[in-house]
Amino acid sequence: MTTYLIRRVLWIIPVMLLVALITFTLMHQAPGGPWDRDLNRRQVDASTQEMLNRQFGLDKPLFFNFEGEHILDSQFFNYIGNAVQGDLGPSYRQRGRMVQDVLFEPPKNKPIWDSKFGYSMRLGLLALTMAAIFGIPLGILAALKRNTIFDYSALFISTIGISVPSFVLAIFLIIVLAGQLGILKIIQRDWSNPAAWLVPATVLGFGTFAYITRLTRSSMLEVMGQDYIRTARAKGLGGRVIITRHMLRNALIPVMTIMGPALAGLVTGSFIIESMFGFPGSGREYVLAISNRDYSMIMGTTLIYALLIVLANLTVDIMYGFLDPRIKVN
Amino acid sequence: MTANAQPIALNKIPREGKEESQFQIVLRRFMRHKLAVASLIVIVIMVIAALLAPYISPFPRDAIDIAVSSRPGPPGTVGSGGQVHPLGVDHLGRDLYTRLLYGARVSLLIAFVVVFFSELVGVILGATAGFLGGWFDTIISRTVEFLLSIPTLPILLITASILIRTDAQIPVPAFVTNAVAWMLAAPTQEANKVIVLMFILIVLGWTGAARLMRGMALTLRNQDFVEALRAVGASNTRIMFRHIIPNGIAPILVNASLGLAGIVIAEATLSFLGVGVQEPTPSWGNMLSTAQSYMFQHPWLPLVPGIPLCLVTISFNFIGDGLRDALDPRLKR
Repeated sequence: MTTYLIRRVLWIIPVMLLVALITFTLMHQAPGGPWDRDLNRRQVDASTQEMLNRQFGLDKPLFFNFEGEHILDSQFFNYIGNAVQGDLGPSYRQRGRMVQDVLFEPPKNKPIWDSKFGYSMRLGLLALTMAAIFGIPLGILAALKRNTIFDYSALFISTIGISVPSFVLAIFLIIVLAGQLGILKIIQRDWSNPAAWLVPATVLGFGTFAYITRLTRSSMLEVMGQDYIRTARAKGLGGRVIITRHMLRNALIPVMTIMGPALAGLVTGSFIIESMFGFPGSGREYVLAISNRDYSMIMGTTLIYALLIVLANLTVDIMYGFLDPRIKVN
Repeated sequence: MTANAQPIALNKIPREGKEESQFQIVLRRFMRHKLAVASLIVIVIMVIAALLAPYISPFPRDAIDIAVSSRPGPPGTVGSGGQVHPLGVDHLGRDLYTRLLYGARVSLLIAFVVVFFSELVGVILGATAGFLGGWFDTIISRTVEFLLSIPTLPILLITASILIRTDAQIPVPAFVTNAVAWMLAAPTQEANKVIVLMFILIVLGWTGAARLMRGMALTLRNQDFVEALRAVGASNTRIMFRHIIPNGIAPILVNASLGLAGIVIAEATLSFLGVGVQEPTPSWGNMLSTAQSYMFQHPWLPLVPGIPLCLVTISFNFIGDGLRDALDPRLKR
């Protein structure tokens, strides 16, 4: 188990390097550099450009420096070296701010969770909590009442939840709640009010809710067919004890393990919802960076997201090791 | 399973000598899934409507009706020459029903092409990896593992924004461009962007099929019938294409059906964010994107592309469920 986990942890390194390499290559394929070529802005004159390039090391070769003192003294490897130390470079559009500050630095005198990334993380957590609170009981009940109208309705709702894209659901909800009923404010300015979070979190978490419902149901059904359930019944145990002690304990293992990846998926996938609701999180920042061609910002955020997902997947392996003693990985 | 077995009517038992074929069994079981059948009908109607778009749409795709005074205009707006716009006109005065039909053509074409090629690539790579093993398997497995452990949606977003929002045309063989343009019923320069989009979606989309097929090939290659085939001198290629792949095709079909829903959503998402299908080519995603700006004054506007979009994705998912139930060999008959 230990060697397996060490291998899984080491696997993070090539994944992150490859993500960085792909993003970096894509950035440099794209027209539009950091200071120049943005036709909508005042052009930076040639000497300033040269100075800026030298200052940020953009005059160096992209990947390998054959002329310099060190072969790895190149843009890519310098970026990696700095990124490892937590320096994601300066934002190209938000002048004077570093990428990590844009993402992680809270406004003055505010706690860390008021940073852009903190906002997205909290929205993701809220969405996941709501999805689990509704999804798990619904899945359990659907499995216990298999092939009844309740089961079919639960399946129907969850299929719709999986199928309807979150932004379409958001549009429909905004039209009804903000446009027709006037309950919701169209543009939220004050996100300190918890009620304001409810609609974006619902929209964001609806797909996950559907997924959790289905997973819980199928996992329950599988456990219900096991021999040890029959044994428990034969021992004369009551229905409630069987359900809580024998069924749920085993059926919820797969559900628990997907929580990490689900949260990572919600945080990295929330950009469309964040932009629609004007939510001040890292996802909206990401979309803005893409439309502004803020390449260092895009690259930094992508790396953070990749790290988040890789770590979340790692938790699955670790949790399985602890929760399910039957699993012995070689 | 046995607990809820129903008494079988005698006339429903197939007579001896008249054995049902595998296909008939699957078809019969699929037909039992009412929602899946209804969904299949929905999809067929949509596909036919999309195919007939140039013939049944009342207006040219990009025609701007200057006679309409309110833009966007509600359903039933009367345009120039007394012609009615059944679903209204958009912010430029273009007929929404027409654009919806052409948009269906774009969205569905992208979905079918992307899923076809993703599954094809995935099946071939997965089967080869599982069957041959060795270094090839290592490469494929690691690539799949890598693609599954990266943030797909953000990567998709930046790739699309970089490759699609440039003014440069990405070099694509002319016959491909022409074929896609013909299928889209759109000019060739519009087809180029759509091809790039499809390519990106395929590159990120083949892993599911590859994983399924690899697992299938791994279990099948040690079975006796493969040994027997070897003994009679069948080549690796023959065993793979004639025996391994057909045996593992059932989960691939289910995967493809669910994949269709996924690609429709992915395309709509990208187009909604402005990095997918570009105006003036209509797609449900970019129609929703423009509708979003007008949704408070004109709440019906987002419904025009929104409802068909949801219908299609829900239908593909139900068909996938129906296929899964029908193809599952554990539920024989």
